[in-house]
Amino acid sequence: MILLTLLAAVTIAIIQQRELFGVVVLSGVYSFLMASVMIVLDAVDVAMTEASVGAGISTVLLLATLHLTKARESRRLQRPYIPLAVALITGAALVWGTQGMPKFGAANTPMHTHVAPRYLKDSLPVMGVPNVVTTVLANYRGFDTFGEVTVVLTAGLGVMILLRGRRKSKKKKPKGKDKNKAKGAKSKTSPAQTTTASRAEGA
Amino acid sequence: MQALQSLADNYNYFITIFLMVSGLYIVIARGNMIKKLIGLAMFQSSVYLLYLSPGKIVGGTAPVLDPAFTVYSNPLPHVLMLTAIVVGVATLALGLALTVRIYEAYGTVNEDQIFARDNKK
Amino acid sequence: MKLDVILRVTTKFMLPFIVLFALYVHFHGDYGPGGGFQAGVISAAAFILYALVFGIEATQRVVPQRLLEVLMPLGVLIYAAAGLPAMVLGKTFLDYSVLAHDVKHAHEWGIFIVESGVLITVASTMLAIFYAFVERGR
Repeated sequence: MILLTLLAAVTIAIIQQRELFGVVVLSGVYSFLMASVMIVLDAVDVAMTEASVGAGISTVLLLATLHLTKARESRRLQRPYIPLAVALITGAALVWGTQGMPKFGAANTPMHTHVAPRYLKDSLPVMGVPNVVTTVLANYRGFDTFGEVTVVLTAGLGVMILLRGRRKSKKKKPKGKDKNKAKGAKSKTSPAQTTTASRAEGA
Repeated sequence: MQALQSLADNYNYFITIFLMVSGLYIVIARGNMIKKLIGLAMFQSSVYLLYLSPGKIVGGTAPVLDPAFTVYSNPLPHVLMLTAIVVGVATLALGLALTVRIYEAYGTVNEDQIFARDNKK
Repeated sequence: MKLDVILRVTTKFMLPFIVLFALYVHFHGDYGPGGGFQAGVISAAAFILYALVFGIEATQRVVPQRLLEVLMPLGVLIYAAAGLPAMVLGKTFLDYSVLAHDVKHAHEWGIFIVESGVLITVASTMLAIFYAFVERGR
């Protein structure tokens, strides 16, 4: 409960903060808090993923993007009344929706009585694997996971397509294929590397 | 007292809703695309909470089978969210790549300035 | 980067343990929390740490871009390959029970192969994304 409150506080800080570097650092804090909440909710696998992905990889990627773009958010001209209204109405509708949700931690809800018991019962004797999450991930829902892996592959390919083409008409030299840059560009990269590294350290 | 009890019972859901709404607000109200993407990630993680909260059983333990325990939390939401997180970071990377390209084309990542430049052309 | 002696030494000291931890998470995923996704992300994070401290060239000497381009689809193909034998023998796709004589072992093997595919794809994709961003910054 305290963790959840902290999560809300970090969220407010993210909304308030205009310096994007601070926002990135706060989103790292947010991810770690989220991972802690997940451990409390018994989702250890998910917590592990969130800690490594949310606080590790996405922070690095966001910092890299900040390095490539401008790090300051400019103030908007009009006041944000309409978005605020939209958000509040959505929130009100969702709060109304919680009336129909099951009580937190109850064991007799439909999601606990239908499919999950079979997974829990069959995992060890039939599959021989104690971690039910792994069993469901790789076996019962193998097709799902296959799709997810394909999505990851596709996203990676998309990023490579978007970012690896040669840049047009900038002062830096166009990048060739792998061979010549290994020798040539050594002195050029180190400042960029340094800033990214020191920023990550500061985080 | 009644209201307090219901608040405690639904506290997870309320925080989930708060995160979701904040993410939505950031996505709509902020012009900076990196901030928008962070808002989108927050929206996404509120969905993780939304799935994981009902999966918890009070007194249950993590779904790694062991003779010492009998009550386990529901493993199914864990599986779904596990894959969702990894896919989420992949799509975040894709969005950031698009942002970088937009910055190179327009010199800014702020929506207003991009629209202004588009209208000028 | 000349000033960061502590950073360099500590990184060199930490790296094998991070990779070892990733492999532990992968191979122990059947018995504790963990699996291909987490292991992939952790091992990618190890290489990203190496790249942050020692520079991208040093990392690309260890893991060249071409290798990643091979590994990314290879993981998906391994995953699909785990499902194909059952299909050839008339069962449904991704039915692991044909992989070994004992059903239990067959499922363990199937899960292991599938998780390895996930590990390879996730790790190489994350690293490839990181490379793409860094190369853009040159």
